[in-house]
Amino acid sequence: MSGCSCGTHTTASKDMLIPMLGVVTNIKQQTPDVQTYRVEAPGGGVVFPHLPGQCAMVSVPGVGEAMFSITSSPTNTEYMEFSVKRCGMLTDYLHQMDSGQEITVRGPYGNNFPVETELKGKDLLFVAGGIGLAPLRSVINYVRANRANYGTVDIVYGSRSAADLVYLDEIRNEWDGKDDVKVHLTIDREEEGWDGHVGFVPNYVKELEFPPTKTVLVCGPPIMIKFVLQALQEMGFAKTQVYTTLELRMKCGIGKCGRCNIGAKYVCRDGPVFRCDQLDEIPDEY
Amino acid sequence: MKKISTEKLPLLYAALNGDRQLWIPVQDGDRVEFGLWREGAAVSLAGKTLKSGKDFFFPQNEDFVSFHKDGKKITITEKKRPTEEFVVFGMRGCDLAGLEVLDLVFLAEPKDSFYEARREAGVIVTLACGTPDESCFCTAFGVNPAEPKGDVAAWLIGDSLYWKPTSEKGEKLTAELGSLLEDAGADGDKAVAEQQAAIAEILKQLPNTELELPKVGEAEFDAWFDSPNWAKMAESCLGCGTCTFVCPTCQCYDIQDRDTKDGIRRFRCWDSCMYSDFTLMAHGNIRNSQMQRFRQRFMHKLVYFPQNNDGKYSCVGCGRCVEKCPSSLNIVKVIKAMQNMEAMEGVGK
Amino acid sequence: MSIQDKILARAKELMADGTVTSVLGWKKGETYTDPSPAFFNSVEELERDFTFNHFCGQNLSRLLNGRKAEDGKVLMLCKPCDAFSLNQMLGQHRVERDAVYVLGIPSPTILDVDKLRAAGVKGIRGSRFARGGEVVLDTIYGERRLAGKDAVLEKCLACKTHQFPIYDEVLVKPKGEEHAEPENPYRFAGVEELESMTPDERFAFWQSQLKRCIRCNACRNACPVCSCVKCVFDNPGSEVAGKSNIDAFDDKLFHIIRAFHVAGRCTDCGECSRACPEGIPLHLLNRKFIKDINRIYGPFQAGASDDGVSPLTEYNTEDMEPGEAILKGSGS
Repeated sequence: MSGCSCGTHTTASKDMLIPMLGVVTNIKQQTPDVQTYRVEAPGGGVVFPHLPGQCAMVSVPGVGEAMFSITSSPTNTEYMEFSVKRCGMLTDYLHQMDSGQEITVRGPYGNNFPVETELKGKDLLFVAGGIGLAPLRSVINYVRANRANYGTVDIVYGSRSAADLVYLDEIRNEWDGKDDVKVHLTIDREEEGWDGHVGFVPNYVKELEFPPTKTVLVCGPPIMIKFVLQALQEMGFAKTQVYTTLELRMKCGIGKCGRCNIGAKYVCRDGPVFRCDQLDEIPDEY
Repeated sequence: MKKISTEKLPLLYAALNGDRQLWIPVQDGDRVEFGLWREGAAVSLAGKTLKSGKDFFFPQNEDFVSFHKDGKKITITEKKRPTEEFVVFGMRGCDLAGLEVLDLVFLAEPKDSFYEARREAGVIVTLACGTPDESCFCTAFGVNPAEPKGDVAAWLIGDSLYWKPTSEKGEKLTAELGSLLEDAGADGDKAVAEQQAAIAEILKQLPNTELELPKVGEAEFDAWFDSPNWAKMAESCLGCGTCTFVCPTCQCYDIQDRDTKDGIRRFRCWDSCMYSDFTLMAHGNIRNSQMQRFRQRFMHKLVYFPQNNDGKYSCVGCGRCVEKCPSSLNIVKVIKAMQNMEAMEGVGK
Repeated sequence: MSIQDKILARAKELMADGTVTSVLGWKKGETYTDPSPAFFNSVEELERDFTFNHFCGQNLSRLLNGRKAEDGKVLMLCKPCDAFSLNQMLGQHRVERDAVYVLGIPSPTILDVDKLRAAGVKGIRGSRFARGGEVVLDTIYGERRLAGKDAVLEKCLACKTHQFPIYDEVLVKPKGEEHAEPENPYRFAGVEELESMTPDERFAFWQSQLKRCIRCNACRNACPVCSCVKCVFDNPGSEVAGKSNIDAFDDKLFHIIRAFHVAGRCTDCGECSRACPEGIPLHLLNRKFIKDINRIYGPFQAGASDDGVSPLTEYNTEDMEPGEAILKGSGS
């Protein structure tokens, strides 16, 4: 048991707090403050399998450990991806490292978007703001890989400025207009060279007049989520049609350390994905 | 039932110690706390210890993995699980009940393997409370201080210690002690029954042993959560972690790294929901005021934990928060204030 | 009329005539030994919940940290030692003077629950002082009598004065001249005992005491002058932040830095030791500083004035170096 550094031992023999090794094999600068890391097990392949919406604890020993959503799709078995916004000690370190760096990863944690149950056969509307596209990207690529299982796919995605839109190459080259996927981009303020939509995401969602028959997946800054939910309600969407994912401070990832406890829920274990009617059951502390 | 005369207790302690560790309540200045038994230790069995003994199973600090970095390479070294047998003598009924609460957290899947190993390695001899204190209210939470659980239950009565193994581990320990313990026979049962009756009488005189516990269902939830009583009660909360750290059921922890000359230690340590940084993230804090943090601690013990655990509260009535809070705030006050929600709200508006 | 009744009557008057909008005092607990500090917002609340007994030990000053006049004037029921803390906080601009009306009340001589428990006293229902200073406790296990020193809280044994350095009104005029009480020989006895030890003995003493520290921060959070907006030990960027003592030096680092940080500002109110759940005699660290400051810079009592000036926080070019001061025997 001791001295294990294989990075591939089974979860049955180990404690969920003990991490595994991951190698950063590619770093992509997405925006001025967001990078996407490709992480593989030392012997290649994903460090562990996951489902869309699940998270992992990523750490640089001695610097810190934090929860990030796994932005790659489970259908990608070659590597995992994490998109990280620079905002603290650990993320500062990650933003300065070079390819080839080893890090530690543990997980997967939490529940997932119900891609194989409730979402199947539905018309899907994804609404994201800024780095909030990261968890949804896992679902979007899962849906694209299993396209026949789902109805229409619309993606409303916005950011402060064009430079802050993540995965822009992928959106333009692989998503938009392909396989009956429509992407609606918007930025907060007008800027030179941008001929797309300008305005806040919640307003854009209203302007697009989606029929309230779709199933919606929302992720972004808390304030954006709040106004998107309001807009959707005004448009006639029921709370049971809307899913979102919460972000809180987490340490253990397994519902024991107490940090992400809100009401009777532990966001790391019972979330991060919640259907919006479930959010009514917990106090408004998120 | 077995017994041993109090004169021979040092022999019992020496035998319990054997080639393992024996932790026992020791008097040190004004305080009684579990200490490692040594020949001549000032053992004190008069009352409960300062902390509950939860630290033997969930230590305040515990290294669980270490790392060595070499350029871009990292080596991960998992800590060995603690498997060496030890004995804790003199935990009380409330302390054991506290461990049962921790079990519900740490032994739920996925199990905490470090806690599990310690639970397996530890043999617990509990002691009935002959003289409960005014801070005690364990009976309100269904704990019987006169018949504590554990691997062995013991009663200190007159010049005898009565000894009753209640688990396989307890039977094994008892067998090991051999002739040191003698059969107590019917007299033992009688003596214990008499002490239990006497304890029941004392409990009637204590102020908080018959607390009416809250049943907070969906209907009452908002009224509880939004009650102005929280702000009132939290006014004199200093935001320290004393209640949390002396509490037998508090189990929140932090995970931290420390860079040493010999690699990076990753350890977990007790944390407190009363601390301002408990929920602090790079971009904000979901509980900015002490009122919110105070509310979280008690809502968790009295409402959220029962919701998740078939109605079981995360309080065992040990009274340590009653004794140790520097502002004399405690769960008894919270329970009573919430019972009188309307009465309190009418005042001072 | 008992002291409790006198305080209650005056508090009700000041509330009723609009002098104050709330009262900071003590509220009845669920046991006799369990009164807690509380803000009372009405006369009815006062009548129902106010109490004052030998267990009202908390220094209420800290609860006024950040209080502004616009929050409404609060009546502080102020024991003499608490008044020094309040004054020091005023000097450090932690409280606005117009936010508080200080009613000086005599200290009831606080009893130490931990000492009582250590002496096997449980189930306490009442307390009084007999003639000669003996403490008499009514308990469910019968009456118990203890010598004062075995029952009284350390900070009261080390009492420095019954005078008030700040007040708007004093309920009972204390005996003696202002600030002219004889030095309490007990106050520095503990420090002298430590000074008489060899460095190794002293190290062993602190080692055995501080290793018990559970880093609950009660000492820091109860301290009226330890009121930094962001403590270095809570700041992850400081590289000393930590929630527990994971190696043998962490506990000492925390307490030594804290003692140095409050040196010259510590009024010797004793809250750190009272608040400590582990019974660590933290006051000895602070009192050593006080003793040395008295010797090096001349007698000084933090909180005696609200000018915020103290020997270690002010500097002028005429100041002696401490080493020089010791050589010259200044102030001794």
